[in-house]
Amino acid sequence: MSDTSTHSNSKSEDSTLRKTPSGIPLPSYPETGAEIPGAYPYTRGIHETMYQGRLWTMRQYSGFGSTKETNQRFRYLLEQGQMGLSVAFDLPTQIGYDSDAPEALGEVGKVGVPISTLEDMDELFDGIDLSEVSVSMTINSSASILLAFFVALAKKRGIDPKVLRGTLQNDILKEFIARHTQRFPLEPSMRLVIDVLEYSNLSLPKFNSISISGYHIRESGSTAIEEVAFTISNAIAYLESAKARNLPIDALARRISFFFNSQMNFIEEIAKFRAARRIWAKIIKERFQIDDERSSKLRFHTQTAGAALTYQEKENNIVRVAIQALAAVLGGTQSLHTNSFDEALALPTEHSAKIALRTQQIIAHETGVADVADPLGGSPLIEELTDTIEAKVNETLKEIEKLGGPLKAVEEGTIQRWIENSSYHFQQQIEKGERVVVSVNKFKSDETFDDEGVFVVDPELENERIQKIQNRKKQRSDEQLQSIEASLKSLREAAQGSDNLLPYLIEAAEAGASIGEMMGTMAQVFGEYQGDL
Amino acid sequence: MSQAPTKTKRILLAKPGLDGHDRGVKVILRALWEAGFEVIYTGMRVSPEAIVQAALQEDVDAVGLSNHSGAHKSIFKVVAEKLEAAGFPVKERILFCGGAIPPQDIAELKSLGYTGIFPPGTSLEEIIKFLNQENTHE
Repeated sequence: MSDTSTHSNSKSEDSTLRKTPSGIPLPSYPETGAEIPGAYPYTRGIHETMYQGRLWTMRQYSGFGSTKETNQRFRYLLEQGQMGLSVAFDLPTQIGYDSDAPEALGEVGKVGVPISTLEDMDELFDGIDLSEVSVSMTINSSASILLAFFVALAKKRGIDPKVLRGTLQNDILKEFIARHTQRFPLEPSMRLVIDVLEYSNLSLPKFNSISISGYHIRESGSTAIEEVAFTISNAIAYLESAKARNLPIDALARRISFFFNSQMNFIEEIAKFRAARRIWAKIIKERFQIDDERSSKLRFHTQTAGAALTYQEKENNIVRVAIQALAAVLGGTQSLHTNSFDEALALPTEHSAKIALRTQQIIAHETGVADVADPLGGSPLIEELTDTIEAKVNETLKEIEKLGGPLKAVEEGTIQRWIENSSYHFQQQIEKGERVVVSVNKFKSDETFDDEGVFVVDPELENERIQKIQNRKKQRSDEQLQSIEASLKSLREAAQGSDNLLPYLIEAAEAGASIGEMMGTMAQVFGEYQGDL
Repeated sequence: MSQAPTKTKRILLAKPGLDGHDRGVKVILRALWEAGFEVIYTGMRVSPEAIVQAALQEDVDAVGLSNHSGAHKSIFKVVAEKLEAAGFPVKERILFCGGAIPPQDIAELKSLGYTGIFPPGTSLEEIIKFLNQENTHE
């Protein structure tokens, strides 16, 4: 997520420049007689002039195959005008297995890049200046280890970690709820999240150390209201856990960013983003008694909805993505990922990824929607929906508290069951034709599925990768083996106590320990998650 | 929704591999159950061995696999082979699968014995109709 606050505005000189194509001068924002953008509770946006000061960050999530292939895609995206990197890791990395682990079979390099050691991280960012580019990492269960690799790499390159910019997803609760990469039971999982928050607060002043995500909750079938409610409820759980460890929650709250989905109902989505900002601002002020605008401003990344993409007539998805992206912009997002039209079938090709990025550039530079903050503010429909979503989210939050709080609701699977019900209801509406999905349940054509130009990850890459990591382990010197062993021993002892584990993980990363070794060491102490999956 | 089958069929649903996308499989689980099938779901991150064991133990009429991570080709192949090797009568029973399966992979999955392949956008009714057939093999 971008640090937009440092680029607030040059409003007076800019507003005179902003005119419609017919020459009508535009106000900085429409007057509604009530709230204004940039002022508490930030319903209308976190900056007074929003995108007139600075556009949202166009940040496309990518990663596949190998470190080399992903590095090439990163460089390509940067050349095309992308403003920050967003790393997709493969599932073994996300769950904390090395590429050569038996559990990794078939999954190596499939949904992202495999990273097993510091050397992989070095290859991934080859030729990319980490002091210049902000890097977002979608990593949760093993977030502490990937952060350790990232910090160790910066140090190795002579970069002061204090200048590193980026975002770590580090949101384990939505993994338990929807995304399912959890590896440890809930309690030690929460400890690792808070360890990362504490460490970043002390050592990485420009890093967003958590991105609390409704995205996957929504993808797994929740409603828009549930998406906001469960995300905010998770955010409350993190701050309460930090408070219980006597950490300075006013400082930690400043590091929190959010991540939402943009689905197909344009009107409801815009209102949802506005409501989320208002709800969070009030929670920070009223519940946590934090009087600091940096904390109460809800900053968020948005991704268009993967679940809304159709397999049938895949080109239609270009239109869907454009509409979802427009809703995110009208809702005031700080950064945006637009999906590629072919993602219901496979990973995107370079061609489809380019169209996705161009979609954002067209919205930003051709439509004029970025010229005015909260252009739909004051619309009776949008304002009423915003109020209604706020009220319904608050009702759900109260219900969660009644059930014993967010952690208990997650651990007992209550939230998961609510989402399952919503998801089933949604599918039933499609089955009955009550909800139209063009080319799926209405306006169907008989055309056979078109697989022209669908991306294929070279199947040899997995075998090459497994060979590479096995060789790397074999080539370790006795001296290196000893230092790895020593670092893992310290990690194990620290895990048994209550020290922050990040310094131990960074030491292990520097020694050359692999993600599987570090995760396995922690699993010896924490145990593996044994609940339902 | 279609009517219940005359003889209650037992269906095993499983998610092999590390993929966590279980929205689809859970919707299908409930739809099959409501349509009168007996459904056993292994959960996700299950090994091919565990799927084979469940299929034999529960003596199911059909095994359905779900995957959205692109690992379907390698993992579904292993499961089909292990089922056959363990003596599960693949030819008389039904193997089916669903998920983000690109069109170019369909022929290969068919050759492995998956007679029903259901990509995103498949209606529940279609899956129920498929499972209600007595024997999908020619």
